[in-house]
Amino acid sequence: MKISKMNRRRVLLTGASSVIAFGLSPAFALTEAEATKLINSVVNDINRAINSGKRGNALFRDFESIFNSYADVPTISRAILGPPARSASSGQLRAFSKSLTGYLSRKYGKRFRQFVGGEVQVTGARAVRNFQEVRGVVRAPGYAPFDVSFVVSDRSGKDKFFDLLIEGISLLKAERSEIGAVLDRVGGNIDKLTEELKRLG
Amino acid sequence: MTYKNQLINRFAVLSVAFIGLSACAAPPEGGGTNDPYERVNRASHEVNKGVDTVVLRPASQVYGKVVPNPIRRSISNAAANLDEPRSIVNHIAQGDLQDAGHTFFRFLVNSTIGVFGLFDPATGDFGLEQRHTGFGDTLATWGVREGAYLELPFLGPSNERDSVGLIVDIVANPLSAIVSDSSDVQVATSVPSGLNSRFEFSDTIDSLLYDSEDSYAQLRLFYTESRRFALGEQSSAEDGVDPFDDLFEGVYGGLYEDF
Repeated sequence: MKISKMNRRRVLLTGASSVIAFGLSPAFALTEAEATKLINSVVNDINRAINSGKRGNALFRDFESIFNSYADVPTISRAILGPPARSASSGQLRAFSKSLTGYLSRKYGKRFRQFVGGEVQVTGARAVRNFQEVRGVVRAPGYAPFDVSFVVSDRSGKDKFFDLLIEGISLLKAERSEIGAVLDRVGGNIDKLTEELKRLG
Repeated sequence: MTYKNQLINRFAVLSVAFIGLSACAAPPEGGGTNDPYERVNRASHEVNKGVDTVVLRPASQVYGKVVPNPIRRSISNAAANLDEPRSIVNHIAQGDLQDAGHTFFRFLVNSTIGVFGLFDPATGDFGLEQRHTGFGDTLATWGVREGAYLELPFLGPSNERDSVGLIVDIVANPLSAIVSDSSDVQVATSVPSGLNSRFEFSDTIDSLLYDSEDSYAQLRLFYTESRRFALGEQSSAEDGVDPFDDLFEGVYGGLYEDF
């Protein structure tokens, strides 16, 4: 009798704690499964875009909309801009974000365009610090397979990726260096940088 | 040159290489950019860019457009095949007998069925894909740090460790122990193979060298990050020392911590 009471209490306690855990789940880091699900959608859209037969601006627009729906654009913008992001107004940041996504879509769209007939395949995910790294392989005719990783976080309130690693090379780092150089050239003026990015990439 | 002289010569170069290695600049802790020779590096970057503009790029365009793809591929295959003995020896030196065996059978298959390496049936029919390695990788597995970043004139991006690796790879090529006078064949295949790579990746390389705001910094980042990735030394934002902290003095690291 005593034992079964204990058991009941334990069951209740376990139940209660799992309810609490469940109720709090947004505060917990996103799971590998959730991150993988997001990247599977990204990858499906990328595969469709690459093999859609579209070229030039039409294809870049596809990449831009993929980027806008799955990437954490505000965070990427701030990370790429670096310290100047702190002193920028929200209007300036919005304008910069918009011109940045266009620039990135053109620049990386051109890269992915080479892989017509190919596809990206998700191979696994793992937790790294507070986020998930979803790994994949790009296979395309005429090219040796190469690794890509999407770094995913839910801190923006939604599951979004905020970095892309190609053979270990971080897009965020590369663009931070690159756009930092452009910012230097225009004398640290964010508005001028935003204008510059419209014609680069 | 007599064989003995040749040996002495090689030994001399190796010794110099090792002395160079022991004098490596302070290692980058946790993965920032270690570039104390930036001024010299930037100067040789300009040289390399000039060589690419004037020689490499136009030559690769001619090669790529004149020579049919299957022939280019075969020549590149042959060049890669001649590199395999070096990979085998280095896999052994790294204690990786599985990759050594893998590469040994790959070399055997491609040198026989693949007609002196002109074709690559090992990848297609035997599942023995290329697992290339060199002495730079071996030094890394022995615990040698990458040292300072270097951009070598005519040879491109490197670092202190990989430069030593490169010298050893060139001087102590095990292929010459198997086939005498192999170096002519090796040069004859590796030059067109290099042109072929420049041609096949021309979009990416052109964009990096000519469209980039600071092509030197981009190349440095690409080289450093992809080397660390290939060696399994770094992956995105792994735990331990944050690789982003050094590079951007905490700004980027701070942002990563926001997630």
